[in-house]
Amino acid sequence: MSEATLYQEWTDEQKYAHFMKRIEVGEKIEADDWMPEDYRMTLIKLISMHGISEIMGALPEKEWVPKAPSLKRKLGIMAKVQDEMGHGQLLLRVAEDLMKPLGRTREDIMQDLFSGRLKFHNVFHMEAPTWGDAGLIGWLVDGAAIITQTNMLNASYGPYARALKRICAEEVFHAQHGEAIIMALAEGTEKQKVMVQDAVNRWWEALLMFFGPGDASTTGTSKQDITIKYKIRTKTNEDLRQDFFTKYIPRVLSLGLTLPDETMYFDQEKNLWVYKQPDWNKFKNIIKNNGPKSNERLSLRRTAYDTNKWVREALNTAN
Amino acid sequence: MSKPERKLIDEINPALTSLLYQLADDDFILAYRGSEWLGLAPHIEEDVAFSSISQDTMGHAAMFYQLLQDFGEGDVDHLAHGRKSSERKNAVLLEMVNGPGHYLSTAQYDWAFAVIRNYFYIQSKKIRMDSLKNSSYQPLAEVAVKVNMELYYHLLHWKTWFVQLMEAGGEARSRMEAAVKKTLADFGGVLSLGPLAKEMGEQGLIEEEEILKQRWFLMMKPIFESVNLTVSEADFAMKNGNGRKGEHTADLDAALSTLSEVYSADPAASW
Repeated sequence: MSEATLYQEWTDEQKYAHFMKRIEVGEKIEADDWMPEDYRMTLIKLISMHGISEIMGALPEKEWVPKAPSLKRKLGIMAKVQDEMGHGQLLLRVAEDLMKPLGRTREDIMQDLFSGRLKFHNVFHMEAPTWGDAGLIGWLVDGAAIITQTNMLNASYGPYARALKRICAEEVFHAQHGEAIIMALAEGTEKQKVMVQDAVNRWWEALLMFFGPGDASTTGTSKQDITIKYKIRTKTNEDLRQDFFTKYIPRVLSLGLTLPDETMYFDQEKNLWVYKQPDWNKFKNIIKNNGPKSNERLSLRRTAYDTNKWVREALNTAN
Repeated sequence: MSKPERKLIDEINPALTSLLYQLADDDFILAYRGSEWLGLAPHIEEDVAFSSISQDTMGHAAMFYQLLQDFGEGDVDHLAHGRKSSERKNAVLLEMVNGPGHYLSTAQYDWAFAVIRNYFYIQSKKIRMDSLKNSSYQPLAEVAVKVNMELYYHLLHWKTWFVQLMEAGGEARSRMEAAVKKTLADFGGVLSLGPLAKEMGEQGLIEEEEILKQRWFLMMKPIFESVNLTVSEADFAMKNGNGRKGEHTADLDAALSTLSEVYSADPAASW
């Protein structure tokens, strides 16, 4: 193949080989570059789910924004949840560029969310009944998110990698914000200590599920292999869960909190945390929008979307 | 032209505290209403922008409460969370609910009301801050300079929405006009400086109420004309009470019980 051959005249096989070579050497793929269909579809699914999860993720915390117990905490949580919405917007823009050749838009993303075709992260289907949960979400859920997102910072798709870089930087502040809330509670009155321990107990299983099942046997499908093949991510779900344990278990214990899994220990020989598996059937149900708060949150989002329809129509007229 | 020398006020007096309570309570309750909108704005970009504005506004409230705390009026968190509605001095317009429904489940909020209430209020706040930059109470003048820098963006934001939706015609226009009517019916409360307005002017804390009101008109007139809207001074009222005198609605009671739920569980605890 001579240099002079026009790229447009290449066969799909040639383009594929060239694409794989590019990602092998660490080059970034950009929105207008040629990419295999399954790469595009995997990215659309991954990034639109990530984006919409950031947006749906604002809802469990939303309850606690007006209720935060001091001016300082109110300002902190307002800033935090605003960041999450900002991440959602940034990611949806990345997904929109990928969807453009398919003739799909933001409106399709929203409709897919409402119809259940587009899932949002299992962790955001859960209840957050106390201020302790607000702190715990910031600390451990955002902490878990930092671990999964750091795993994709070198993703082969340039626009996603760049968005994640900014998101991870902000998530670090969120985890500090959450940790500050949790520390105040853990060092506070008896009632406050109970509040934070209850939150840990309530969220433990959801935190294990956060990283997804170890392999495809749980849900029938898994994108782990294809995302690793295309260098979107490097580590498996189980690797990430282990990283989370290593980072956070000492911190949880140092605050005088206990883990709701008495069987858990670190196996020095295998260099692995051994723990009780969450109920993966529950997980399957949650991601089908049958979690404790799935319907309420979807319905809140849908009602707002419908109530504001006139605004979007007016903007379309004006443009 | 040389300005007459300002005589600085440096001790607590009822006119000064009354002014500070109005400024703090206005921003605090409107920022709270803004935070209820979180996740429910017409599009995601707006959610980001609106929550940023609400956050700024909450920050302004915190600065005004801090001035009161410095005067020995009590801890800032008590001032924000622990006072009964009859002690609050915010304008009633700013405490009114965003629309039907609860912020967690059935919210059907009125975006037209959000735009008008915020736009009209922020313009009035801007005029107050411009005046307060020359306040005889120096710490307040310094806070006003800081607050003012952010108001430029808030005002630009709400003006853009106002003009776009007013010019869209159809359903948008009629919803916006209804919201204008609703807002003006209590806008007298926003422009009021309360029972001690005269003393505030005499002490040079802020300019007179009437001057500020005329300035608001002057700023808004060209915008109103550009979208073919007639607003006259006679439209300003306090239909639902005079918040500056501590008169409030059930909306405020409900808001206070939500926003202080965790604080009230143990006001002495460190959160």
